[in-house]
Amino acid sequence: MTGEIGQLALALAFALSVVMAIAGLAGARETASPSRAIASSAAIGMFVFVALAFGALTYAFVTSDFSVLNVAQNSHTAKPMIYKITGVWGSHEGSMLLWVFVLAIYSLFIVFAQRGSARLTSAALGVQGLLACAFLLFILFTSNPFLRLDPMPFEGAGLNPLLQDPGLAMHPPMLYIGYVGLSAAFSYAAAALITGESNAAWARAARPFMLLAWIALTLGITLGSWWAYYVLGWGGFWFWDPVENAALMPWLIATALLHSALATERTGAFRSWTLLLAILGFSLSLIGTFLVRSGVLSSVHAFASDPTRGVYILAMLVAAIGGALALFAWRAPQLQGGTAFEPVSKESALLLNNVLLSAAAATVFIGTLYPLLLDAMTGQKISVGPPYFAITFAPIFVVLIALVPFGPRLGWRNGDWRAALRVLAPAFGIALVAVLAVLAFVTPRSLVAAMAFGLGLWTISAAGIDLAKRGDIRALPIGAFASALAHLGLGITLLGITGTTLWRSEALDLLKPGQTMPIAGYTLRLEGVQLLHGPNYLAERATVSVIANNRIIATMAPEKRAFPVEGQATAVTAIRTTGFSDLYLALGDQRGSGWVIRAYVSPLAPFIWFGGAFMALGGIASFWGRLRPRRVSEAKLAAAE
Amino acid sequence: MKRVLLTLFFSLLCIHAAFAVAGSEKLADPKLEARAVALQKELRCVVCQGQSLDESSAPLAADLRHLIRVRIKAGDSDEQVEQYLVARYGDFILMKPPLEPLTYALWFGPLGILLIGGAAVMLVIVRARKRLESGSP
Repeated sequence: MTGEIGQLALALAFALSVVMAIAGLAGARETASPSRAIASSAAIGMFVFVALAFGALTYAFVTSDFSVLNVAQNSHTAKPMIYKITGVWGSHEGSMLLWVFVLAIYSLFIVFAQRGSARLTSAALGVQGLLACAFLLFILFTSNPFLRLDPMPFEGAGLNPLLQDPGLAMHPPMLYIGYVGLSAAFSYAAAALITGESNAAWARAARPFMLLAWIALTLGITLGSWWAYYVLGWGGFWFWDPVENAALMPWLIATALLHSALATERTGAFRSWTLLLAILGFSLSLIGTFLVRSGVLSSVHAFASDPTRGVYILAMLVAAIGGALALFAWRAPQLQGGTAFEPVSKESALLLNNVLLSAAAATVFIGTLYPLLLDAMTGQKISVGPPYFAITFAPIFVVLIALVPFGPRLGWRNGDWRAALRVLAPAFGIALVAVLAVLAFVTPRSLVAAMAFGLGLWTISAAGIDLAKRGDIRALPIGAFASALAHLGLGITLLGITGTTLWRSEALDLLKPGQTMPIAGYTLRLEGVQLLHGPNYLAERATVSVIANNRIIATMAPEKRAFPVEGQATAVTAIRTTGFSDLYLALGDQRGSGWVIRAYVSPLAPFIWFGGAFMALGGIASFWGRLRPRRVSEAKLAAAE
Repeated sequence: MKRVLLTLFFSLLCIHAAFAVAGSEKLADPKLEARAVALQKELRCVVCQGQSLDESSAPLAADLRHLIRVRIKAGDSDEQVEQYLVARYGDFILMKPPLEPLTYALWFGPLGILLIGGAAVMLVIVRARKRLESGSP
């Protein structure tokens, strides 16, 4: 029964999304208030039915109803309950349903928040309706999760074991909250262009959605990178894999958008540019979905791919992006443009931030799509790997981070660069001392590592000064607090990246039980390897003693798991962290009576994810500030001055 | 028996774990070995395409790691080893694509975008300054 309920709910949701699109867009006219009411009701109704469909699929997974094809293909009775639930979005069909579910939630928020004028809200709902319409059609005709299987099999095929992991279980919902959150910014931008209300109001209306999307993308990318670190077994945290890039591009543009929208809200500057960024951000989300879901790539992440669906997604992509850009080209020139500011001002700093972030996003875009394009046009196969991005992306980002501390220190319209330099002098001093100290004491001596480390401390101490200089922390405007937190996180992440990529020690050896290998001040002794039975896997687990100063300080147990049902295997690395440094072990294969053990000592590795968490906290602080009544923060600001 | 089956099972898959070169396969000269390791990090495994030769557990990757060491021992330079492998597996094996007319857009694209963006920013700033002088808001 659940399958039929889900199917029916999806069809009804589709019908309502059509109503929502038509009524919403019609409501953009001044006189059409009845159709605005219809659009709101349709949005609520669509949410209810999509939620019902999602609930039905979840129920089928929880009860292991193998008469539903999707459940039979992606679940198994022996799977732990948590992975039965996360299996709902483990497949292509389920993840598309999750996509629409998140879209429906955002539409509901738009209805109830009622930010901006009634016309703006209505038009935004209309655009959301169009998107929901396209995705529901896609699900119903190419990716239906409720298809039946007859006869019903006795047991399911199981879920890709790489997905049976708490980090990756949470990763797709986070990423989708981010991807789809950008749809709200996109819809508001399109609404602003449709209604002609392209002043600061739309940016103010869309800001909470941009923030929510950015926070979720930050957390999603951080989670994904953490997962790759501890699951893939070779100690890296970022591989410039196309699927990682697909999430990084919208994040870069969303970051640029948050900064540009700040100027649009405050002074009305860069109106058309902010609109364009909102369109580009969501376009890259769609492209990301296309890259991951169409099977156009084959990469470590391409779990669910089917090329026939690619054509539909591509058509949707062209319609959404092309339509929005056409609308932009048609309406944007009518905007009253142009603000006045000095070359040294917050506006200029934000422009630089935007051009660097956009160029960084463009670099990732070129590096990701160039091999596909070249292959399609000439048949020549090349691969673009980490060395390419180290040469092209890294310098752009280094310049960006070096300039970050100046932004918050410059005033609107007219900034005082001398005052900014004076305030930032201690931060520069700390960075300089750090560079010299690294050059003097850290071996092997590396100028690149020293500069990168100094750059990280420069950003961190500048953020610290930002917090200290503004006096009483309770009187601090929440926006300044938020930006300091986020910039602090950026610096911390940079320290982590520096330590992990430039100071990592690596050791690899074939050990028989009782034999030892040295790494970075530790001695590792293999004690033995046992065979274990998990709930739905078999494992080989090594016991490794960690010896320092002739004393056993820890016992670590790296593992390899074989999932007989799925016919796949995964590694479970053992990581011992002090918060400042990780000792990381992975178990390799058996050769004769010995085992291959790979070990890394990665200084500062945990900082990468701490930094991500701080950035997200910055976003959350800013979001919270938006929800507080404005006059409270203004009163506090006045009191501080 | 179970253990034998499990070992077989692991050896058949691109499993995400550390295999690479171990023990007796390493070159005796640490300098040559370091060159081999550096090389295998710059080369992509053609079986497990998300991974470098250094990380991959595929049997082909193991053969190629061995081949790199054979070439290095025979006195090849790093470039000669790369050319040797490119001649057999194509440019795809290089993590860093070669600079040639077909990849100019790839290599110079980012710089071009940065220059265009920079020029646009300069233009906007100059115009904003002019507006300030002429007194309009």
